[in-house]
Amino acid sequence: MEILSLLSDGFAASLSPFNLMIVLIGVTAGLFIGAMPGLGSVNGVAIVLPLTFVVPPSTAIILLAAIYYGAMYGGAVSSVLLGIPGASTAVATTFDGRPMAQQGKAGLALIAAAVASFVGGTISVVLFALFAVPLADLALAFGPAEEFALVLLAFTTFVGLGGDDILKTIIMICLGLVLSTVGLDLISGQPRLIFGDLPGFYSGISFLVLAIGVYGVGEVLHTIESSKSAPLVTPAKLTFRELGAGLREMNRLWKTMSFGSFLGFFVGMLPAAGATPASLMAYGLAKTTSKSPETFGKGNIEGVAAPETANNAASTGSLLPMLTLGIPGSPTTALLLGGMVMWGLMPGPMLFIEQPDFVWGLISSLYTANFAAVAINLALIPLFVWALRMPFTVLCALVLVLCIVGGFAPSQKLHDVWLIAGFGVAGYLLRKASYPLAPLVLALVLGPLMESSFRQTLIAEQGNVLAFFERPLSATFMGFAILFFLLPHLKRVRWRARKSGVAPAE
Amino acid sequence: MLTADRVIALALIGLSGYFMLHASALPIGWHGESGGPGGGAFPFWLSAIMALCAGGILIRSFWQDETFVPFFDPETIRAVISVTAALFLTIGLIPYAGAYVAIVLFLLWYLKVFGGHGWVLTGALTVGTPLFLFFFFEVALKILLPKGWTEPLFLPLYAIFF
Amino acid sequence: MIHSMTRRAFAAAGAAALAASVGLAPAQAEDWAPNKPIEMVIMAGQGGGADRLARLFQSIIQKQNLAAMPVLPVNKGGGSGAEALRYMSDNAGESHKIMATLNSYYTTPLRTDIGVDIEEFTPIARMALDTFVLWVNADSEIQTLDDWVAAVRAAGGEWKMGGTGTGQEDSLVTAMLEDTFGIEITYVPFKGGGDVAKNLVGGHIDSTVNNPSEQMGFYQAGKSRPIVAFTPDRLAAFPDTPTATELGHEIVYWMQRSFVGPKDMPAEAVAYYTAMFEALSQSEEWQTYTQEKALMADFLTGDDLQAYFLEERAKHAQILELMGEGSS
Repeated sequence: MEILSLLSDGFAASLSPFNLMIVLIGVTAGLFIGAMPGLGSVNGVAIVLPLTFVVPPSTAIILLAAIYYGAMYGGAVSSVLLGIPGASTAVATTFDGRPMAQQGKAGLALIAAAVASFVGGTISVVLFALFAVPLADLALAFGPAEEFALVLLAFTTFVGLGGDDILKTIIMICLGLVLSTVGLDLISGQPRLIFGDLPGFYSGISFLVLAIGVYGVGEVLHTIESSKSAPLVTPAKLTFRELGAGLREMNRLWKTMSFGSFLGFFVGMLPAAGATPASLMAYGLAKTTSKSPETFGKGNIEGVAAPETANNAASTGSLLPMLTLGIPGSPTTALLLGGMVMWGLMPGPMLFIEQPDFVWGLISSLYTANFAAVAINLALIPLFVWALRMPFTVLCALVLVLCIVGGFAPSQKLHDVWLIAGFGVAGYLLRKASYPLAPLVLALVLGPLMESSFRQTLIAEQGNVLAFFERPLSATFMGFAILFFLLPHLKRVRWRARKSGVAPAE
Repeated sequence: MLTADRVIALALIGLSGYFMLHASALPIGWHGESGGPGGGAFPFWLSAIMALCAGGILIRSFWQDETFVPFFDPETIRAVISVTAALFLTIGLIPYAGAYVAIVLFLLWYLKVFGGHGWVLTGALTVGTPLFLFFFFEVALKILLPKGWTEPLFLPLYAIFF
Repeated sequence: MIHSMTRRAFAAAGAAALAASVGLAPAQAEDWAPNKPIEMVIMAGQGGGADRLARLFQSIIQKQNLAAMPVLPVNKGGGSGAEALRYMSDNAGESHKIMATLNSYYTTPLRTDIGVDIEEFTPIARMALDTFVLWVNADSEIQTLDDWVAAVRAAGGEWKMGGTGTGQEDSLVTAMLEDTFGIEITYVPFKGGGDVAKNLVGGHIDSTVNNPSEQMGFYQAGKSRPIVAFTPDRLAAFPDTPTATELGHEIVYWMQRSFVGPKDMPAEAVAYYTAMFEALSQSEEWQTYTQEKALMADFLTGDDLQAYFLEERAKHAQILELMGEGSS
């Protein structure tokens, strides 16, 4: 019961008029930062962090929580409206969010994203409040072998799903994985694939650069080419009736959303994995278990709701290893960790025992921020949708400027902007030749984790490849990975077998 | 269409070869240093698979019938090329003239010349965008954009806003 | 307003730049202060120990108002800091860029030829020396250094030591341990010190060489145990942990946390930053932090710092030689 009183103290603090104002400012700022391609919660938190030493700690926590949630909601906005994922966690949202926008259902997609984010945030905060301490031990049980198995699982929920040309899909996966190895070989500490010692490649190719390139610049070029026949997006109108219909439609998605929340929270909790694999797995799972998987990727609202619940739940989950183990799972949580050290807090197993008022204050701030974020987001949707009604020559020009500036901002290297332009042209050509781009981007996101965990395991196990199947947790994941890889093929075989009775196979 | 398919497949094979060349600077075999594959193994063998698949596409293309759908639409390709060229020019100009000059020029060209919009809209956006970028990125987020030669002009602004 | 300014600037950019810089020069000579934001280049990626420390400095500078312009941290951690080193050497004479260094300041140019000579950089201030301690899981039987050596021998080369990457500080200490005791260790690299600490507590590796700050949380929760410290004197935070020197093994290793400027940084700017870091080193926040994290706050500037850098570089060349790693 002590927890309840601590929690209510936290709520009382976060609901004071001054703190409510802070929440509103923080969420709105976070929303716009997250909606900007290239910028995400890490930028927002980095800017606000030094400010937090001037205000009282309880206000500081609330401000940070508000920015963090605001940016998570905002990431979906850029995915849906521009088709450019603002952060790697929002890649999966583009798969169906973008087609929905093209069909004039941008408003509905944004509502789905906001509601799904809210559900994910709420369920995960409850899980966090109830199970944070015991779950920390589960996170510790995750070694390199388990990480590899998990990433493989995230991968296989995707591969084999696409109806694209199989050779072209393999090429794109390999290309993405090769690009992910550029930079430094973690194991030997040697630079690799730096193409004649170009210093810009030392830090590797960031996901954002590739995503802004192929989805931003590539998409604009594609639009310019096809603009004679079709506009960029069907202008969306959003009325209150549609808003109500949208909310009703979300009602049907309870199963997808609660599943996404649990999955997101547990995957996000694992230190190395985080929100990106979580959102991809939630999407893959929603598609595999759906009655009509063929509608995914063509504007299915479930394909927006699933990854959005998962990535919001995962961003709460990723606070868990940071608080209980002192291990940041993402750059954003790393910054938060630095901030806590400045406030004189010691993240780690003792935090929950020694500083309960901080922990429960944070949890109640997360609740408040989540409520504020969904309200502000829903209120701003008409504005976002209105932005899509600009003539496409204006929209394209602005998107290109955002690609340049947004590509420069995270690393502050012009090298990355050149890469974006290059990837944009390459992506445009590959897309015309019907090479699928999603596997390329996914491979780049998951590649580094996959390679390092694979090699760490093998070094630790003296090169024993069976190690992945000998540990119970990793063996379970490997089993699921194989199942997911085979499932679509089995389905197809069965479908063909049934069909071959009627008509000859194609 | 088939020609384009073949050209892209050939380009991918070339790219794979280039990657393999660079990857082989590090050990590419098993048990490279201490259990497991060496540092160059992943990029090398993945590039090899990529080359094989691209080869497969190339060979397959000889069995396919020409569809007579041109890869590039001659009407729109000029627009695509000019936007691409403008984009590359803009990025090339940034280190010298600074982001603010380069982006304003790009917007002027795109909106007025390429888009054929009126002066009111063009003017509003070419003034509004750099203002937004300055206040959003530099003042609020403290992310400095490259200034090039225009750097001294920003010193008084820094003194006011920081 | 900016619009018209930038347009005009484009017409006469060169002339304007020249005029402005001439106009500002006398003011600079008098009493120099930064007139644009100061870029703090960090030789490591986001979230690591070096990054966290650099951002702590930024926060204290901002809180205490120690600089006239904001300090903006920029991570250039690629290639074990090679990216940052190259960036600084490309910006010779610049007075608004400083770099937060760690030991890869010596090791990276020694291991791969990146065309950078650290002797050319301008030393500003050394803020602290971080310490290293050998850790095992608290569930393990190992209590002393002798137990540890015996256990490693018994494992016959399969003893798993976690670290942050070949050529990084902990791998050098591991190499020194192997050399001193004639033992063989399997070194497993991870992404950062926090990751290493977690894998030790989770039982995925057998021992680690971590900074105290990375293990402190687990240590206080009774989940990890310090075996031996690689410092000349016992650490105040672990009074019961012996040093290697005390046990008769000459293994002492530090991680330096310093700031340098690019080649030919103007003397006035160097003086400004030196004063800034001196004020920082006396701030209450920094004093508390160093005590809590078992950091040795050892302030050093100017020529003494340069002499220290060169001496350390020579030492690291020797250790790398030992590992069979030196490239030149």
